[in-house]
Amino acid sequence: MTAAVSSQGRAMSSVKPGRIVAWTLLFIGGVIMVTPLLFMLSTSLKDASQVYDLRIIPAVPTLDNYWEILSDGRFTRWFVNSMVVAIIVTISNVFFDSLVGYTLAKFRFRGRYIVFIAILSTLMIPTEMLVLPWYLMASQFGWLDSYWGIMFPGMMTAFGTFLMKQFFEGVPDDFLEAARIDGLNEFTIWWKIALPLVTPALSALAIFTFLGNWTAFFWPLIVTTSADLYTLPVGLSSFAVEQSVQWEKIMTGASIATLPTLIIFLFLQRYIVRGVMLAGLKG
Amino acid sequence: MATIEISRLVKRYGNTAVVHGIDLAIQDGEFVVLVGPSGCGKSTTLRMIAGLEEISEGQIRIDGRVVNDLQPRDRNIAMVFQNYAIYPHVTVADNIAFGLYRSKLSKSEKRARVEQVAETLGLSQLLERRPSALSGGQRQRVAIGRAMVRDPSAFLFDEPLSNLDAQLRTQMRIEIKRLHHRLGATSVFVTHDQVEAMTMADRIVVMREGRILQVGSPLELYEKPVDVFTARFIGSPTMNLLPASLRDGRAQLSVGGSIQAPSSLATTSDILVGARPQDLSPVDAGSSGLTVSGTVAVLETLGSETLVHIEADGQTIIGSAPGRQIPKIGEPLTLHAPAERLYYFDKATEKALAIQ
Repeated sequence: MTAAVSSQGRAMSSVKPGRIVAWTLLFIGGVIMVTPLLFMLSTSLKDASQVYDLRIIPAVPTLDNYWEILSDGRFTRWFVNSMVVAIIVTISNVFFDSLVGYTLAKFRFRGRYIVFIAILSTLMIPTEMLVLPWYLMASQFGWLDSYWGIMFPGMMTAFGTFLMKQFFEGVPDDFLEAARIDGLNEFTIWWKIALPLVTPALSALAIFTFLGNWTAFFWPLIVTTSADLYTLPVGLSSFAVEQSVQWEKIMTGASIATLPTLIIFLFLQRYIVRGVMLAGLKG
Repeated sequence: MATIEISRLVKRYGNTAVVHGIDLAIQDGEFVVLVGPSGCGKSTTLRMIAGLEEISEGQIRIDGRVVNDLQPRDRNIAMVFQNYAIYPHVTVADNIAFGLYRSKLSKSEKRARVEQVAETLGLSQLLERRPSALSGGQRQRVAIGRAMVRDPSAFLFDEPLSNLDAQLRTQMRIEIKRLHHRLGATSVFVTHDQVEAMTMADRIVVMREGRILQVGSPLELYEKPVDVFTARFIGSPTMNLLPASLRDGRAQLSVGGSIQAPSSLATTSDILVGARPQDLSPVDAGSSGLTVSGTVAVLETLGSETLVHIEADGQTIIGSAPGRQIPKIGEPLTLHAPAERLYYFDKATEKALAIQ
């Protein structure tokens, strides 16, 4: 009995005021983050007449919006478009960023530093400033309104290159030299030895790139004109302009669009957290 | 198996030379140890033999063939690295098989070779494990396995034991030595540890500041060091050096006393008299040898013997007493070394003068 009392007393006294403040802040943050998502889900379960009824739990829940959206061929098309774009851009980024990052980290050649600075400096130019040159370039080459037009600006990124370079610097040279002595050529050394050693960074890069492209709106909106080539975010926004704003449709589409993101987070959250930590530490 | 000949080898980084034109001929099947303090150019020399560093000047021949411009993979050498450099993402078997990457053997033949090597090194039970599940000694054995599997003409070792704990180091030292006896392959081993050099080498190459100071068998280096550096570097604890000045054919020691100097020393006045701690003992060796007296300051009991540090005229001198004759700290003690066990060096040039 006395033991129980004393252990309880200890437990009480170990809750520091700082913790209570932290938990409160985290709770408020959590509410702020979750409310819009709940609202999105709730609106997707309402029919048009209930949209402005702000109850979280709909008075008459319905799945009609989902049936309507999923049977509308355009939505599936946009979903596939987004998937194709995000997957191709992710693969391309993982490949090229790590190849260039590896070269900059592990080879000594004239002008290496200048190349690195040049790549890094592009990080400081905001996307809004790049859109016009991209557009002019796309139009000159005839890439407007095409998959390639949507994808080309993101096929390789300065951030990814920088991230991978930092990680490859942590790979001991001995590994590469041992491989060189064993007779592997330089490309195989990168592919078979160096790359597997930086998988945490690679998966972080892949996840960020995929999510970034999945939700990309601004550039796809500018470069595409035919509805067939819209990505999901662009397509969804078109629900807002065609007739009146169809909130229930937009929210249904958005709910479905969240799914891949959610799945990625559920399965790969370990890597995401590690990736963020690593990027924070190294970057 | 192969000979390795190095002639006038120079390595420069920018304008700084780190290896200054060294010459060395390594016989077929010989176990040569390059030893010296860090920054002496021993690893750089090894890496130039391996082809991992470009040669600034001079020539390296392996089996009579100039290899200066050959890629590492075309030199048919194998190398074992300090941190093992075994790949953490593949199994032990795959790690060893990397050594056969360029071999044209069939898959099953490769597998047989890997198993054979694993057998030799006692790794058979570990073939499917990842390196993270191995101890330091096992990892180093995997690295050696990867080197062995290819049947290279020469083995290069770059401080392979320095990451292991003391006991394991001793064990691996013996294993590598035994392996060398069995395979008879030419081996070049780099270390900063003189005990490793003494115990493993057929011949030791002592290096300092990018130059070779002395080449010889372990006993030659121990008995006939050419200068103060080698004398102090080889042997543990290090050799005692007592300043002395020559007068009338006798060397007057600064710590007191004098000894009969060898006749060949007549030309120099300031010298250093060297005596190894193992040769300095409380047992009287007669009047012709070295005699120093002082107060016992520190005792290091090793069991078979006790190392005795005595303070004499501000200088610490290390001697050894037989196992059971342990002096007490603070006691006065006199140590003797026989005349034929003394070393003489020029104080100014630090070169050996005459070896008894």
